[in-house]
Amino acid sequence: MENALKVKDLSAWFGEHQVLKNIAMDIRRNSVTSVMGPSGCGKSTFIRCLNRMHDLTPGFRVSGDVLFDGRNIYSEKIDPVLLRRKVGMVFQQPNPFPRMSAFENVAVGLKFNGKKRSRSEMAEVVEKSLRMAALWDELKDHLDRPGTSLSGGQQQRLCIARALAVEPEVLLMDEPCSALDPVSTAKIEELIEDLSDKYTIVVVTHNMQQAGRISDFVAFFLLGDLVEMDRAAKIFTNPADKRTEEYITGRFG
Amino acid sequence: MGEPGGGIANGILGTLTIAGLAMAGGIPLAVMSGIYLAEYGRGKFASIVRFAVDMLAGVPSIIMGIFGYVFWVLPMKRFSAWAGAAALAMIFIPVVVRTTEEMLRTVPQSVREAALALGIERWKTTLFITVRTATAGIVTGILLAMARIVGETAPLLFTALGNQFWQSGLDQPIAAIPLQVFNYAISPYDDWHDKAWAGAVVLIGMVLLISAGARYFTRVKK
Repeated sequence: MENALKVKDLSAWFGEHQVLKNIAMDIRRNSVTSVMGPSGCGKSTFIRCLNRMHDLTPGFRVSGDVLFDGRNIYSEKIDPVLLRRKVGMVFQQPNPFPRMSAFENVAVGLKFNGKKRSRSEMAEVVEKSLRMAALWDELKDHLDRPGTSLSGGQQQRLCIARALAVEPEVLLMDEPCSALDPVSTAKIEELIEDLSDKYTIVVVTHNMQQAGRISDFVAFFLLGDLVEMDRAAKIFTNPADKRTEEYITGRFG
Repeated sequence: MGEPGGGIANGILGTLTIAGLAMAGGIPLAVMSGIYLAEYGRGKFASIVRFAVDMLAGVPSIIMGIFGYVFWVLPMKRFSAWAGAAALAMIFIPVVVRTTEEMLRTVPQSVREAALALGIERWKTTLFITVRTATAGIVTGILLAMARIVGETAPLLFTALGNQFWQSGLDQPIAAIPLQVFNYAISPYDDWHDKAWAGAVVLIGMVLLISAGARYFTRVKK
């Protein structure tokens, strides 16, 4: 197995405040990697570095390399717009576009990414994406409903379908279940497992049980440091670092 | 003078003409400025623009009339629909700039982020997603500003001037309902006073219609 992303010596600052310190991480292709840690440890900042979502944040600065397909995404030759089509993202709060139907929500990435597609091609991609997001059966007769009228769990799966429609290689998920109830959470977790056959998935979570259920690899962050990263089973049964052990046994955090 | 006849049909057409011209020029400029201020405007230049717009919005409407007189009527050497429209646009634009900016600011950041994360360019995100999300509010702002300029009298006094006949060209003086109401009302004739009242009713009716349109656009969809 090869790496989809290779992070080397990544540091990040908001103004003077350093939020990530010399992170090095290899993210295996077609696997689920969880980024776990207490609030404020830099885990969200970290995955947002992987598709340059911070570009528009005033005062944000980054150093080090993130290699995607062997090229540093922070090099000047990389167009962040094209990068984000390959490295998609799902957010903590479900954020379907208001004033767009469910169909349009899924189609929107394709509509604006340059290539002309016929209506039937569009419909095909929308169906395929919704099927992958396990939403097709629930939604196929209601595609014209506003995306925002769906339930929270459906909205989040709609957002996943929307991200999948542009055919990314990597899917970044920033606490995708933290705004959802347990039933919806279970569905999304199941979905993550299914998707990992075809996609490289990086999930931020502060929920250890969730990290344990869905991950192949777990990275534990604390105060901007990557404390350790290993196979999920290893992290949860025999962590190398004392701080990891204290976190997973609930002694702090 | 004072004999039967006359009316305000030319005024209705004139008001629609001047307001239409003011909006045709004002909407693109104002909406683009609002987009600039909300989505791209950081730093000194933006705060100067914002301050200038606020100043403009507070300028008394008679001053806008003088502006139209100095910059349009004097150079063209005649009163005209163009001059009236320019004066009204100066009232229309700052209102629409600020409502557009405010409406765009109500669009959650998560909407912009979602579009960005799909690999949609920033300008497309702004035009086709952020602005679209705020369309109802922007249209409402435009309609309310329109209701305001339709009823303005002072800016037209030295610019459009008024006209007792049907308009004969955009570079000629043109009638407008508020001007007619004013002229009919200060006349000594009962018949003309009746026409002033009628003109006022028509004007209120127009404003009511426009406001109803604004309500329609902001209605909650079920």
